[in-house]
Amino acid sequence: MIVYLKGLAATGPGFENWNALRNHFSAGTSLNPDFVPRPQGGILPGVERRRASVTVKLAVDVAQDALQQSGMKPEDLALVFTSSNGDTNTIHQICEALATPERLVSPTRFHNSVHNAPAGYWSIASGSMQPSSSICAGDDSFATGLVEAATQCLAEGVPVLLAAFDTPFPEPLHEKTPGRQPFGAALVLDSIPHGSLAKMTITVDCGARPATTQMADPDMEDMRRDSSASRSLPLLAAFASVEPQKVVLGYSGDLRLRIAVEGVAMNQPWASP
Amino acid sequence: MACTLAALREGRSGLRRCDFMDAALDTYIGRVEGIEDEPVVARLKDFDCRNNRLAMMGLVTDGFEAAVDAARIRYSPHRIAVVLGTSTSGILETELAYQHRDAEGKLPAYFNYRTTHENYSVADFVRRYLKLRGPALVISTACSSSAKAFASASRLIENGLCDAAVVGGVDSLCLTTLCGFSSLEIVSTAPCRPADAERSGISIGEAAGFALVEKAAVRDDSICLLGYGESSDAYHMSTPHPEGAGARLAMSRALHRSGLDPSQIDCINLHGTATRANDSAEDLAVSGLFGNLTPCSSTKGWTGHTLGAAGITEAVIACLCLREGLIPASLNTINVDPGFAMNVLLENRQQPVRQVLSNSFGFGGNNVSLILGHPVQ
Repeated sequence: MIVYLKGLAATGPGFENWNALRNHFSAGTSLNPDFVPRPQGGILPGVERRRASVTVKLAVDVAQDALQQSGMKPEDLALVFTSSNGDTNTIHQICEALATPERLVSPTRFHNSVHNAPAGYWSIASGSMQPSSSICAGDDSFATGLVEAATQCLAEGVPVLLAAFDTPFPEPLHEKTPGRQPFGAALVLDSIPHGSLAKMTITVDCGARPATTQMADPDMEDMRRDSSASRSLPLLAAFASVEPQKVVLGYSGDLRLRIAVEGVAMNQPWASP
Repeated sequence: MACTLAALREGRSGLRRCDFMDAALDTYIGRVEGIEDEPVVARLKDFDCRNNRLAMMGLVTDGFEAAVDAARIRYSPHRIAVVLGTSTSGILETELAYQHRDAEGKLPAYFNYRTTHENYSVADFVRRYLKLRGPALVISTACSSSAKAFASASRLIENGLCDAAVVGGVDSLCLTTLCGFSSLEIVSTAPCRPADAERSGISIGEAAGFALVEKAAVRDDSICLLGYGESSDAYHMSTPHPEGAGARLAMSRALHRSGLDPSQIDCINLHGTATRANDSAEDLAVSGLFGNLTPCSSTKGWTGHTLGAAGITEAVIACLCLREGLIPASLNTINVDPGFAMNVLLENRQQPVRQVLSNSFGFGGNNVSLILGHPVQ
């Protein structure tokens, strides 16, 4: 499969946006140890912004950054949101309420608990009636979301906005679940090369070969392993490179996703979102 | 499927007064009997939870395992995907674990989030159970989840990532949905009455359903996925667009993809949840596109609303309709809402059925329409 990258965004521990992460990869700039994402949900109208959780805001913020960079209109893009944990705080709050004798679950909390809450909030905020999907594939949620987005892009002939996000659970679920840091990454994919930032050629191998790409820096490797969304880091690093890159991501079981990245305008400064 | 067909023919509902655990709710539910007594197979015991037990009950019926075994030999395990829908997965395990926190507030040691509650759990369980090694994912878009699985699997096949896919969905009863839908005040105290003037909300059910989807017809009478259409309402998180704009767009896209005219659809399996808002919006969308002749029914009077499994439940019923030449009535519907224009069936009809359209709409305004049937020559 060949798809073209039209927009890109990322936020996570130590970096507010893609430019900060890109500078770290390409120029060795240090990450900011004090920075933790504080999602605003900027695209959401006032009522929805009050109702939406931190997880939803992280997902729609990173999606909006990638959309802005692409210069495309939200109503033209299909959506794929992908996450292993979903809305962690909402799930915790519901399970806590259901453990009390009253079992009172607020209507807003209940509708926020669905895995597709970010997709729902996004379509309300953007007015887009394009299809939206919300998927989960455990640790391989990012790679699986990338395939979902690429196949939709090619089969339906629509550009697709892919947003991967994960936030940590609060205790007591925290110790039983993956993910210690919030992480979000979003890509705008298109089947048309015009105006693209990079060309991605995606193939699938089976039998656990080749090995999945790891980060050379041990701290970044720890970050990569933290959540399903942060497993996008090797691909993000490839996008920061001037040279063509090959990245291997773990896919279902012993399947591997091999992604060849060729920068079309990779040696140009990236437009700030 | 034989039991489902017999119940459809006899007009026998599977709904009962709510007797799920200690949930003291004045409502009717579609509960599957015997789940409590049937743990999952020992080699996958880490996955044991109500949702995966229900999945296994589905896999061992109707010769499904044998059909997958044959496909595994035909294509190889790496070339068969697993694409399943669920809305709440095994959240019941987490609900119960929260009721059994220790003095420090910790969850019980036996509790395993990833193999029970995480959305992916059911796809991971099914791929391991069936010894499949192709792409596997869960789609979780609330009540449209398992209908969307057909679209996703179709694209995986079309793009060459697999040759076949186990498509379906599993959703099981839990307090989150029973109490959550109650808080929204859309749960009926009586068995649900879709499209009825007196309809007063949903009855929640649980179900597991699976279909083996292949890139080419295996037999002349194989049922085909002729089209699918997806859309978003862009309106409200838990209320459908009042004019059914998103629903209509999903149906139009399914027709467009199938190359069929509205007149070539023999019957419509409505989303038909029996809430005031859903059925009114769906009536506008359906009658606006199909007029007032196409026979329509909601089968939720039989099964209840099986949420993330509703799409596959109704796709399986659509396959029965195609095979048996049966258009089911809208069970429990006594007086069709006088404001409705669509043709809601009050009696079962026996007639040849070639193409069925099935609707599934979910929270967040997530809409899918599937067209199943025999190719038009």
